[in-house]
Amino acid sequence: MGLWVSRLLSIFGEKEARILVLGLDNAGKTTILYRLQVGEVVSTIPTIGFNVETVTYKNIKFQVWDLGGQTSIRPYWRCYYPNTQAIIYVVDSSDTERIGTSAEEFHAILDEEELKDALILVYANKQDLPGALDDAAVAEGLGLSSIKSRDWAIFKTSAIKGDGLFEGLDWLSNMLKTRRR
Amino acid sequence: MAATAQDPSAPLRAEKKDEDRDEDMEYSPFYGIEKGAVLQEARIFNDPHIDPRRCQQVITKLLYLLCQGETFTKKEASEVFFSVTKLYQSKDANLRRMVYLVIKDVCPGSDEVIIITSSLMKDMNSKTDLYRSNAIRVLCSIIDSQLLGQIERYLKQAVVDKSAVVASAVLVSAMHLLGSNSEIVRRWTNEIQEAIQSKHAMVQFHAVALLHALRANDRLAVSKLVSSLTRGAVRSPLAQCLLVRYVAQVIAESAATGGIEARPFYSFLESCLRHKAEMVIFEAARAVCAMRDVSTRELAPAVTVLQLFLSSSKPVLRFAAVRTLNKVAMTHPLAVTNCNIDMESLISDQNRSIATLAITTLLKTGSESSVERLLKQIGSFMSDIADEFKIVVVEAIRALCLKFPQKYRALMNFLSNVLREDGGFEYKRAIVDSILILIREIPDAKESGLSHLCEFIEDCEFTYLSTQILHLLGREGPRTKEPARYIRYIYNRIILENATVRAAAVASLARFGALVAELRPRILVLLSRALYDNDDEVRDRATLYLAELGGKAGGVEAVDVQWDLPARNLEKSLRSYLENGGEGPFSLAAVPRALPPAPKKEQKKAQSAFGAALKPEVAANGDLGAVVQSMPQFKGLGPLFKSSEPAKLTEEETEYSIAVVKHVFARHLLLQFNCTNTVEEQVLEDVSVTVDLAQAEEFEEEAVVPLERMPHGAVGHTFTLLRRPEGSMALGKLVNILRFKVKEIDPSTGETEEEGYEDEYTLEDLNVAPGDYIRAAPVPNFRAAWEALGEEAELGDDYGLGERENLQEAVEAVVGILGMAPCDGTDAVPPNARSHTVLLAGTLIGDAQALVRLSFGIDAARSVAMKLVVRSDSPDVSQAIHQIIQDA
Repeated sequence: MGLWVSRLLSIFGEKEARILVLGLDNAGKTTILYRLQVGEVVSTIPTIGFNVETVTYKNIKFQVWDLGGQTSIRPYWRCYYPNTQAIIYVVDSSDTERIGTSAEEFHAILDEEELKDALILVYANKQDLPGALDDAAVAEGLGLSSIKSRDWAIFKTSAIKGDGLFEGLDWLSNMLKTRRR
Repeated sequence: MAATAQDPSAPLRAEKKDEDRDEDMEYSPFYGIEKGAVLQEARIFNDPHIDPRRCQQVITKLLYLLCQGETFTKKEASEVFFSVTKLYQSKDANLRRMVYLVIKDVCPGSDEVIIITSSLMKDMNSKTDLYRSNAIRVLCSIIDSQLLGQIERYLKQAVVDKSAVVASAVLVSAMHLLGSNSEIVRRWTNEIQEAIQSKHAMVQFHAVALLHALRANDRLAVSKLVSSLTRGAVRSPLAQCLLVRYVAQVIAESAATGGIEARPFYSFLESCLRHKAEMVIFEAARAVCAMRDVSTRELAPAVTVLQLFLSSSKPVLRFAAVRTLNKVAMTHPLAVTNCNIDMESLISDQNRSIATLAITTLLKTGSESSVERLLKQIGSFMSDIADEFKIVVVEAIRALCLKFPQKYRALMNFLSNVLREDGGFEYKRAIVDSILILIREIPDAKESGLSHLCEFIEDCEFTYLSTQILHLLGREGPRTKEPARYIRYIYNRIILENATVRAAAVASLARFGALVAELRPRILVLLSRALYDNDDEVRDRATLYLAELGGKAGGVEAVDVQWDLPARNLEKSLRSYLENGGEGPFSLAAVPRALPPAPKKEQKKAQSAFGAALKPEVAANGDLGAVVQSMPQFKGLGPLFKSSEPAKLTEEETEYSIAVVKHVFARHLLLQFNCTNTVEEQVLEDVSVTVDLAQAEEFEEEAVVPLERMPHGAVGHTFTLLRRPEGSMALGKLVNILRFKVKEIDPSTGETEEEGYEDEYTLEDLNVAPGDYIRAAPVPNFRAAWEALGEEAELGDDYGLGERENLQEAVEAVVGILGMAPCDGTDAVPPNARSHTVLLAGTLIGDAQALVRLSFGIDAARSVAMKLVVRSDSPDVSQAIHQIIQDA
């Protein structure tokens, strides 16, 4: 079947990618998802479970899975790891207290065997809020510098304003395209 | 071949495997579905690119497995569940629908299920009706009350959704939520009322059902709801059927209370009989037929519509109609006679169930003149039906024969004909039972019945039936005009049959010999041939009967002993006689004549549940009076008046288990303590119970019979005899102290130590209640006994019993206090009854008969009032009974 699908894709000249949006609760994952999909800010409630939407950007069809970040849901993230090309890890830059917790979850994800080939894109979100850490501080908080063997990038974003989100997707689509070839 | 489209490999496999088997097998698209393989297949849900069509097929298989009762382990279920959630990425509507179904059925763990909540809540507000309705159904089945609060407003809105599927979905889900979250559903009453007005049949149906379910506990509210609905615009036939049922329920309940308008909604039911939907017509007809105390006039229109259904082309209508008429025929045979012609044509109906019901109905309603014709028709049809239907027919024939005794010849012939045909044991027994009953009830039928039975045992494969018939021949045969003709049949059994039947035949022959003097010499010859039988029992019987017929060993009269003792009591007495060592000759006089009351059901349950643990008590229970009767010390006490049930005086799992039985004599109260030692490491000797009479002044201790040694794991008895004024009903509280000598057993050697020490143990108190002096003594005809006692010593008064759950509970409580026997089955209160009368009969100490008429009434607040009327031999006795109730 794989062969069949890829033939279809080549006809339409479109690529597909499966992406997970992860992060602690209240990091802004759902807002980011819908900002990317419909281009506007929708009002959200805490996600009990997941949202899945398709976002087409630069000829790539991203199938974006936004998984709820509450403690009760985090154990089930792993059920959605297989066949994932990239992780968008969202951090609430204004929540300095929980950056440590966020880092723990982040490294747990990095250690997953099923995600060892996935690209890592970090959004230092909520840059519009006063007192938000900048991307360097978030990178340090997460310990990004220790990642050696895989591709990653960090972007300053504000889902409310729409800043930085598509820059991140640009990076992602470029990386995916280079990988495929 | 739908299968080919589904899975091309399945039918191929089926063909190879089942070449010789039934061809139908190949048509199932589900053939050869196996759990392991399907779970393997379910992995395609995880593919990055989903093939909706294949996924649907796999889900279908999963659902099939679940419906077949296959269970998934927790791990399997959660694996399936998570992979199914991944199908959410697909926008294929059909696949999404299957996803909803499988999520609902696969039941993952409650903590895992939250992963789907957000998605369902989103779908619940989707623009697609299909998503909305299904998401509501799934969400309501997995939700907890906290989350329910969050989404309540959406659900409430959905009740009045203009899409019928959505509205129905939420109404049905609300039915399920009622159990756990009824207060939330109650808040939607306005919306549900609005849904009743819906023009969609299904929505209306569900709304009516839900509204009724919300009020089911409040009878008045149900009545109000029903009356408003009957006036309103319930158009959907399904909802109308439901309404008919509710109306029938209200009628049944109002009839029980004896309301003024006995048939509040009868006209509604009648109007439903003219409804255009068949199901409503039938439902209404059935409701009318099932009404309690329905009058012939009320019944007539219902029977008329059912009669029309009888000639319908739809088998289901014919079946429904004939089944209902069958029921009506039991109570109102005359009302059904109009349909007889239609029903006779149904005897040849292709559907055997319809035919059988038609036959049995006809047998119930048939007139005397039609009996022969009917039997002819049945005869041609008996061989086509299964045994259980045959039994129904046989029972109907028996009833008919009792109704028209003059027709016994035809019916008896019919029975004997079917008796000769092949059939299972149950069927044959039903026939034999019927013949036995007819012989007993219709004297004219005796001779022909007996000869039919004789023929039957010539060729009967069932030992049980043969022995039963032989016994009957022995009892009835000698009294017929020609006893000699039966001898041959019976003697043939001695030659040809197995030992059990032979023994029965010997006994039967001996009866003939005893009762018919002119046959005796010939019987003696025949019996002497059985002396060389190779079975002990047969030989023994032959020897005994020969001796008796020859005038020895009790003589001829002893052959046909008439036992006037209940066999159960005799067995019990014999057992206890053997247990007590069998000293001295056994006396039949010691066997109690009164039948012991049937053990209560709860008790039985408890016994089977605890099994061995309770055994000692059961044994103690079994030889209540017999133990006392066999004790020489107590011979002088006179006849035993009453023995109580054993009452435990110790807690569960103490070192000693003690229960007491109160035996009441004319001048004495004998306390029998059943003692069991439960500790293996000690020996209890010289056991007795000292009774402190400080709170029971009328009693005086007369004797104590100690128990030498309290056995381990078995029951020993010690007795304390108390004297009281003759015939008095002395009451009071007895404080009991167990005294004994303890000797330890050395665990290493298993020997008992020489030295022991005295010890005592306070048992629970024992009350002597008035009920102890009343014996249940049922009278066969209460009315006659009541009249016979006359009004001289009648005494009546009213009592309030306070609040009770229902009348049955109140009745049981009062009957329990009085300890008298309920007569004519009046202790069973019909369900929902608002008033009830119980008739009790009993004997008080001093052999004074007392009859009691208790009239109970319960009001809406469940408080129970009782009128107690006593008739007895003397005013004192009547007064005593009232005193008991006043003190209780």
